[in-house]
Amino acid sequence: MQSGVAPVHSNAHAALLIAVIAGVTALLRFLPFLIFRARRGVPAFVTYLGDKLPCAIIGMLIIYCLRTVTFTAAANWAPSAIAVAAVVALHVWRRNTLLSIAGGTALYMVLVQLVF
Amino acid sequence: MCKKAFIKTLPVLAAYVVLGMGFGILMSNHGYGPGWSVLCSVFIFAGSMQYVTVDLLATAASPLTAALMTLMVNARHLFYGISMVPKYRRMGRAKPYLIFGLTDETYSLLCGEGEIPKDDKTAARYCLLVTAFDQLYWVAGTAAGAALGASVSFNAAGIEFSMTALFVTVFVEQWLAAKERRCALLGLFASLLCLLIFGQSRFLISAMLVIAAVLSAAYAKRGGARA
Repeated sequence: MQSGVAPVHSNAHAALLIAVIAGVTALLRFLPFLIFRARRGVPAFVTYLGDKLPCAIIGMLIIYCLRTVTFTAAANWAPSAIAVAAVVALHVWRRNTLLSIAGGTALYMVLVQLVF
Repeated sequence: MCKKAFIKTLPVLAAYVVLGMGFGILMSNHGYGPGWSVLCSVFIFAGSMQYVTVDLLATAASPLTAALMTLMVNARHLFYGISMVPKYRRMGRAKPYLIFGLTDETYSLLCGEGEIPKDDKTAARYCLLVTAFDQLYWVAGTAAGAALGASVSFNAAGIEFSMTALFVTVFVEQWLAAKERRCALLGLFASLLCLLIFGQSRFLISAMLVIAAVLSAAYAKRGGARA
């Protein structure tokens, strides 16, 4: 990857995008507190979604991260497959979040830079 | 109090410095210097979304695309908020910042039963320290990564995998804790299916809808309130 490349697009557009992203993120975080301020309880269905959705979303985010993987050549899928397997194995073995993330990422970097 | 909060946040210190550096390096590689990276980490303060932000900046996405993407990626924060409404009721003046800084990791430190002290003043101070420590690690990691990324000698290709690794780690952690395994599989396979059908640029919304629909059906089938 190159370093120190000038942004292709205007600073004003970048600032606008960051403001939009920050605004929507804050809105999502504040909304439940604004909606449920007056009431005592939260509707049962919302509580149910609150319980179940986070686990499903993590699965979705993994797929999101791996969305660019294709199977046309080994270099397009093998580093991700090997590194994901390594993260799973490391985490089952030690259950140390930092070790799993650092180990898997280091392995992935070695694979994409030196092996494939 | 300060020491207790610091010790509690040590795992987050490690993860945020690594992930924050990854973000800073990625931003540098796309031509956005430390100022831009730190700006994101101060005002957006949402790990996975900031990685997506790099893509959005690099492709000069439209503000509407950015807003929709943020809605999709960060929708889970609605649910963190919902479960913290009762807990944050007594937080006084610290409350707005606590809500702003409710990341996945901060949520995981504070959502548990008995994690927050009983006394109101102590509770607000403790939550404020945990949230502020976490953001401090995130901003510091970002600044370090951005500074590092500007040096030509470091080849950072592949550092973006730290985000994938984080989610895989959370997934395995939930799986080993036997927490909502069927929901985890639902998220994984519904998203995979939608990816295969709709392609990488437009599968997220359909995946969210499928997941929400399946969960709604399961809720209705279980007779609502019991679930």
